[in-house]
Amino acid sequence: MRFILGFIGAVFALVLTISLISGLSTYFSSPPAPLASEEFHLKPKPLHLASDGPFGKFDKQQLQRGFQVYSEVCSACHSMKLVSFRDLKGLGYNDAEIKKIASDWKVQAPSLNPDTGEPATRKPLPSDTFPPPYPNEIAARAANNNALPPDLSLITKAREGGAAYVYSLLTGFQNQPPELLKKFPEAKTPPNLHYNPYFANLNIAMPPPLTTNGQVTYADGTPATVDQMAKDVAAFLVWTAEPNLENRHAAGLAVSVFLLVAAILGYLAYQNIWHEAKRQVRVTGALDPENQAKSRRAKAKQGVAG
Amino acid sequence: MSFSWAKAYEPKHPFMRWLDERLPLPRIVYGATGPGYPVPRNLNYFWNFGVLAGIFLTIQIVTGIVLAMHYYATTDGAFNSVNQLIMRDVNAGWLLRYAHMNGASFFFIVTYIHIFRGLYYGSYKAPRELVWMLGLVIYLLMMATAFMGYVLPWGQMSYWGAQVITGFFSAFPLVGEPIRIWLLGGYAPDQAALTRFFSLHYLLPFVIAAVVILHIWALHIPGSGNPTGVDVKDERDTLPFHPFYTAKDGWFAAAFLLVYAIVTFFAPNYLGHPDNYIPANPLATPAEIVPEWYFWPFYAILRSFTFDFILPAKLWGVLAMFASILLLFFLPWLDKSPVRSGSYRPLFKRFFWLLVIDVILLGWAGGGAPTPLRNAIGQICAAYYFLHFLVILPIVSALETPLPLPNSISESVLHGEAEEAAPIGQTKRRGGSVATAIAE
Repeated sequence: MRFILGFIGAVFALVLTISLISGLSTYFSSPPAPLASEEFHLKPKPLHLASDGPFGKFDKQQLQRGFQVYSEVCSACHSMKLVSFRDLKGLGYNDAEIKKIASDWKVQAPSLNPDTGEPATRKPLPSDTFPPPYPNEIAARAANNNALPPDLSLITKAREGGAAYVYSLLTGFQNQPPELLKKFPEAKTPPNLHYNPYFANLNIAMPPPLTTNGQVTYADGTPATVDQMAKDVAAFLVWTAEPNLENRHAAGLAVSVFLLVAAILGYLAYQNIWHEAKRQVRVTGALDPENQAKSRRAKAKQGVAG
Repeated sequence: MSFSWAKAYEPKHPFMRWLDERLPLPRIVYGATGPGYPVPRNLNYFWNFGVLAGIFLTIQIVTGIVLAMHYYATTDGAFNSVNQLIMRDVNAGWLLRYAHMNGASFFFIVTYIHIFRGLYYGSYKAPRELVWMLGLVIYLLMMATAFMGYVLPWGQMSYWGAQVITGFFSAFPLVGEPIRIWLLGGYAPDQAALTRFFSLHYLLPFVIAAVVILHIWALHIPGSGNPTGVDVKDERDTLPFHPFYTAKDGWFAAAFLLVYAIVTFFAPNYLGHPDNYIPANPLATPAEIVPEWYFWPFYAILRSFTFDFILPAKLWGVLAMFASILLLFFLPWLDKSPVRSGSYRPLFKRFFWLLVIDVILLGWAGGGAPTPLRNAIGQICAAYYFLHFLVILPIVSALETPLPLPNSISESVLHGEAEEAAPIGQTKRRGGSVATAIAE
C-alpha cells in the first residue's frame, strides 16, 4: 500500500513540476505586458480619525459635518439604505432635530394611499431608513451613464483601506500624468470617466463630487476646504458602517482586563497546584537525588573530584 | 479508565449515590475530565489546544444559535438581516456576530496547532490511530461547516465562494455537473442553496460535537500521549486530570481568549475580506475570489495545477486538493518509525519544520490574486506537500536512527531539576536498586 501511495505522491509532484515548467516557460517566452493600473495605482493616503485605535471615540462635531456633506452632496446619487434617521442620535442630535431632518429630507419615503391603496409617497419618519435617491438600479444607471453609485452604508468596511480610501478617492481626482500617456497611449481616460489614481482601474465613473472650497457651509463654522469635507465625510462613513464602534471599544477594554486578571489569577493557582506535583515526583535510578548524593559521597571518600 | 491506579468515583452525598446507581453520568465526567483520568505529568503547552478547540466549538454553537434567531435565510433578506438587523438593531448583535465570525478563525487556529502538535509528537501512531482519524473527520466537518457559514451573509465573497467551491464537482466527467446541480438545487447558488446551507450549517456543529465525544472516548482508552512519546509505566508518570490539568488548561484558556477578545473587539474585520460587505451580485465577479484564510493552503494546491496532463488541469487540482487531506488518514501506516516523538527523531524533525514552512508558504500562495511568483511558489510547495507525506516520511522512518529515549516519563521530567527537588520527598518511592548499588 505504501508503494501505491508513494506512486500517487510522485504523480502529483510530476504533474505539478510540468505545470511549473510550462508556467515558467510561458512567463519567460511571453512576459505579461505591464498594466497602467498596476504601475500608476496608489495606496490610500494616511488618514487619522478620532475613532482610530483601540480607545478611539467618534468626534461628534466631525460626524455632523460629514453628515452635512453626505446630505448636501453625496446623497444626490448614493443611497444609505441600512441607516435609519433614528440612528442619527449617535451623532448627538436630539429627537426633535432628528424628526426635522427626516421630514425635510429631499426624497420621500414610499407608502400607500390610505384611501385607494395606490402607491404613494410620504414624508420620512425617524423610524425610516434613508430613502434612496433612485427607486431602483435601472433608474440609477440611467441617470449615471450606466454606472451604479454604490450604497454608502458599509462602504468603509467594503473597500480595502476603509476611511483612508474614501478620503483619498475624494481628493484624488487629477489630470492624467503625461508619463502615463507616454508609456500607455491606449490607457487614455475614456470620455465620461475621470482619472483617479486611488481607484483600482484608475478611471472612475463618478465625477469629482467635492470641487470648490466652501461648497458646503458648515453649521459649526469650520472652514469647508475640499480636504476638510473629504475627511469629514470619511469619518461619517466610518460611523455608518460601524455605529457600535464606541460600545465595542469600551466592552473590549472591560473584557480584556477581565481576561487578563483571570489569566493572572489562574496562573498563580496553577503554580500553587503544580508546586505540590513537582515535590511529589521522585525519580528512580541514577537520577534519584538521594542516589546522586550517595554517589558524590562515595566519590569524595575515594578522593575523586566532582 | 485506562490505568489501574486511576481514582475511582466514590459518591459521598446520598443523592449522588442514588444517581450513580441509576445514571452514572457524574462517574463518566469524573473519569473523563476529573481526578479519575490519569494524564502524563510532562505535557507541554501544545497539549492545551484540544481543550481550547472544545471551548471554541462551544462559543460557536452558543453564538450561532442566538444569531440564527435573527437571521433570514433568503437571498433578499440575508445580507440586511446580518448587516442591518443584527449589526445595528439587535441588542449586542454586533458582539454575537463578531464573536462568531472571529470564533471560526480562532477555532481553526487552535485546530491547526492541535494537528501540527499531533504531527510532531506522532500522536497518530499506535495505539492512537483512531483518535487521529476521528480528529480528521472533525476537521473535515469543520471545513464544510465553515464554508457553508461563510455563504450565509450572502455577500460577494459568500456568493462567489459558493460558486467556486461547488464548481469543484463539475471537474469530474459525466457525473460532475449533475452532482453540482443536485447539491445547489439549481444551476447557480440561489435561494435553494442558501436555505440548505443554513440548515446544514446548523446541523453539522452538533455532528462535530458527537464526533468530539468519540474522539475523546478513543483517546481515553490508551490515555493521552506526551512529549517524550514514552508509554506511561506507573503511577509516578501521571497526575490526575483534575486539579492539575484543569488548572493548567484554565489559565491558558483565559490567556488565549484574551488574544481572541483583542481581535474580536479591536480588529474584528482584520481576518475577513472587504468584498463580503458588498451584497451578492451574480452579474459582477469580484476582482479576486479568495476563500477565508484557513482554506488558503488548499486553494493554492487547487490552483497549482495549470497544465492539462492527460486529465484536465481543473480535475487534477480537485483530485489533489481532496487527496491532500485524505492522505492524512494513511499517516499511521506511512510513518513506520517506532519512536513517536519528533524530539528523538533528528531527521524527521528537520522535515517536519520544512513542512510547517511549506504549508505557510502554500497559504501565502493561495491567499492572493495569482501572479507568476505566487503560482511558482505554490506549485513547488504543493509538490513538496505530497512528497513529504507520501515519499519522504516512509523513507525517513526507515532510514533514521532515533536518539535514545528516556527510561520513563518521570525520569525525563526531573532531568536537570534533580537538585531543586532533592530536599523534600513527601511520597518518595524508592526504586532503581541497580543505580544505588553502583553508587554504593
